[in-house]
Amino acid sequence: MNARGGALMRLRGMVRKESLQILRDPSSIAIAFVMPVVLLLLFGYGVSLDAQHIPLAMVIERPDANSASFAAAFQQSEYFSPRRFDSIQDAEQALRERQVDGIVWLRGDFSRRLLAAGDAPVGVILNGVDANQARIASGYIQGAWQSWLQAYASSHGQELTLPAAVEQRVWFNPALRSRNFLVPGLVAVIMTLIGALLTALVVAREWERGTMEALMVTPIRIGELLLGKLLPYFVLGMGGMLLSVAMARWQFGVPLAGSFWLLLATSTLFMLVALGMGLLISTVARNQFVAGQIAILVTFLPAFILSGFIFDIGSMPAPIQFITHVVPARYFVAILQTLFLAGDVWPVVLGNAAALLLMMLIFFAVLGRKARKRLE
Amino acid sequence: MVNAGSPAALACHGLGKTFSSGSRVIQALDGIDLTVTPGRITGLIGPDGAGKTTLMRLAAGLLRADAGELRVLDLDVSREPLAVQSVIGYMPQRFGLYEDLSVQENLDLYADLQGVLAVERRGRYAELLHMVGLARFTARLAGRLSGGMKQKLGLACTLVRPPRLLLLDEPTVGVDPVSRRELWAIVQRLVREEGVSVLLSTAYLDEAERCDEVILLHQGRLLGQGTPASFSEPLTGRCYLVNAPTIPKRRLQMRLTALPAVADAIIQGESVRVVARAVGPLDLSSLDAGPAGVEIRPVVPNFEDAFIIRLQGEHDATTEESPPLPMAATMANDDAAVIRVDRVQRRFGEFYAVKDVSFEVRRGEIFGLLGANGAGKSTTFRMLCGLLPASGGQLEVAGHDLRHAAAQARGRIGYMAQRFSLYGNLTVAQNLRFFASAYGLTGQRRRERIRWALDGFDLERYADMASGDLPLGYKQRLAMAAALMHEPDILFLDEPTSGVDPLARREFWHRINLLAEQGVTVLVTTHFMDEANYCDRLVIMADGEVLAQGTPAETKARFRDAERSDPTMEDAFIALIEQRAQTAGEPA
Repeated sequence: MNARGGALMRLRGMVRKESLQILRDPSSIAIAFVMPVVLLLLFGYGVSLDAQHIPLAMVIERPDANSASFAAAFQQSEYFSPRRFDSIQDAEQALRERQVDGIVWLRGDFSRRLLAAGDAPVGVILNGVDANQARIASGYIQGAWQSWLQAYASSHGQELTLPAAVEQRVWFNPALRSRNFLVPGLVAVIMTLIGALLTALVVAREWERGTMEALMVTPIRIGELLLGKLLPYFVLGMGGMLLSVAMARWQFGVPLAGSFWLLLATSTLFMLVALGMGLLISTVARNQFVAGQIAILVTFLPAFILSGFIFDIGSMPAPIQFITHVVPARYFVAILQTLFLAGDVWPVVLGNAAALLLMMLIFFAVLGRKARKRLE
Repeated sequence: MVNAGSPAALACHGLGKTFSSGSRVIQALDGIDLTVTPGRITGLIGPDGAGKTTLMRLAAGLLRADAGELRVLDLDVSREPLAVQSVIGYMPQRFGLYEDLSVQENLDLYADLQGVLAVERRGRYAELLHMVGLARFTARLAGRLSGGMKQKLGLACTLVRPPRLLLLDEPTVGVDPVSRRELWAIVQRLVREEGVSVLLSTAYLDEAERCDEVILLHQGRLLGQGTPASFSEPLTGRCYLVNAPTIPKRRLQMRLTALPAVADAIIQGESVRVVARAVGPLDLSSLDAGPAGVEIRPVVPNFEDAFIIRLQGEHDATTEESPPLPMAATMANDDAAVIRVDRVQRRFGEFYAVKDVSFEVRRGEIFGLLGANGAGKSTTFRMLCGLLPASGGQLEVAGHDLRHAAAQARGRIGYMAQRFSLYGNLTVAQNLRFFASAYGLTGQRRRERIRWALDGFDLERYADMASGDLPLGYKQRLAMAAALMHEPDILFLDEPTSGVDPLARREFWHRINLLAEQGVTVLVTTHFMDEANYCDRLVIMADGEVLAQGTPAETKARFRDAERSDPTMEDAFIALIEQRAQTAGEPA
């Protein structure tokens, strides 16, 4: 038998063995298919960074046509659900009891000061315990005030006397739905889970059960052994990726603006990076507990927190921003969010893909140096 | 030399290997020179930590030697590990079968990895499966096989491409005696019919005598190499079987051990086997055996005698006479049953781990539960300790029904689990203090008991060492001391000697005998057939059932026939298993 035939036969043996084990092991299936579905449902439906129906207290000291029109603007908005209070004292009490998240206070001289076109006659008090929510509410209230002012001015045939008018237009995600950028980012987290965590666990299991020692003493080359591990989990990981993309597209209605093939190509690259990390961990950790801990700490948590998937990298402190550069998921999240929401923006995709390619080459180079058919 | 022209199966010169863990450096092998003759079975014998596994792994190319040269079938292992790996077969101690693959799938995997051509496979599979007796089970998952069957499948996987050198690392550990015999028959056939060279390590000294040649390792150094007989011959004229009708065998053994003229004394059957320190008549008049006297018969020395004497010379620390254990009070020996087990069952789903087991243990008895792995010994034990409720039947320990008063019963028992169950990162003294507190000892009493444990078990010099770093024999002493902290009336020992070398096993049984003399009831499980002779009475278990019950002599006598005038416990055990297989095989 020639050398290549032998190598192919050994590789076939490894791949067949791994595939049978994946099919028979409920925990592999759970990590590859059940976890993604659970995570997607959780983030798709459960987590929302948008503010809607913010409970607001409206205090109108002297009701007249102007103040009624202003209150109606809040009533119609889907962002607020206002409640009327008669006095500011009652409203403050409601705020303290967290029945409302903010107070909009129109004093008795609202109409007079409005006509004088001087300073703003609207008082706003917000509950700052949830800072994020308060910031969003403040922005919305200002927006509501400005659009009402414009409407008021045009209906009264007046020129609006604001120093500068801001005209906002949001690109790529006009409705500002947080789901639209969370769900694509989640694909990176799920692929990290399958590529790094699952791979590190299954190799550690071979050490634990003593099967690794028996494998190593056969004529298999270390490269064949690694490739035999890599191929089945690559297929599994890409399966998890396709499942997530399908759910994003059809379950959550996230538009895929870019090309599917570009998505597939960049996902392949990221999958290889994740597998490289998993195999590297497995050269260090020889029991499942340690392998799991390392994989979660080094791959999963950074993919979650430092990738820009939930938390914006631009608003992190500089040292943390610096650290995010070694988190592969960061580059893939950027690619995913661009491909899903903006389309094939080549400079973004290529730049990040180059970073992933570099990381992949580094991981496999280290793996090639570290992985040995030895027990020490 | 059988094949004078062919190269040695394995040859090494000045071979050395060290491991470092933290600041400690362990010399696993030190300047080993040896040659393994091809076409024979060579046994690698030595206590724990002798370096047997390290030598095997070096030969398989899994470790790299620090010093010296190692050639396998004339190939330099450090330079051409892959070439070596394609001509040898290696079965590690825990052979890596994939438990979620079937027998056939495991074979296929190793056939692929070993490059066995498709056309050759069918014939080789049939041959191997027939040889290991698994032909009927090809579709069964490996995880569902019994321990012995797994070991045989492991061997079949190693043999799927006929190797020229077969390395077997403790292939028979934990395997039931029937499978052990079968494994040996397979190995002997391979050598005879296929001309394979075999290097086999073992902790069972009786297996050494089945080897053509023996290599004796101790603490990383080579103590000797030669035929088994070449080791035992120098002891000719120093070995005896001693009987004293008036002295019970355990007491006789203890008194013989104490004599200065005696180098070693162990119970063998109904007699005590003695190795004298020198050739010449053995004077046992100091035993005061009464009018019946002492019967002394010279016997032919065996490998175990030679092994113990050889190691005693190497290892003065372990032969150091340990002081007798002072127990606070000596309890009376009477015939009251302190443990009653009546038709006890334990089910796990559909599976009966224990079914209809009944026995009684009297005060001060050493009572053995003998059986292979998976026979239901440990399950029975856990029920007796109140750790596992029985599915049916009655269990009574020290007068307490375990269904209602498990806690009271537990206060009267000491339990030493099969695996080291102390805190490895606490020191010896900290472990003892913890266990004393856990058993509710305080103040003066607590200090006394800790002192007792440190003195009685010779643990003083290790008091400040993390217990995880202790030598195995000392770990076991510490575990036993912890189990005896609260002076229990009953001591449960679950496979206490598994993995412990023959020297430490001797010392351990010496302590058990002392305890029994003081009236402590000892219940012990073991899969070492020769240890069964240390018990007063025993039950033999298989598949959750009791197959036989009685004294060791009674049990063995049932199988005395024309062929076997003096059957061993192993013969009895195998005969019982065969009997059972026959009755089970008959259509109901």
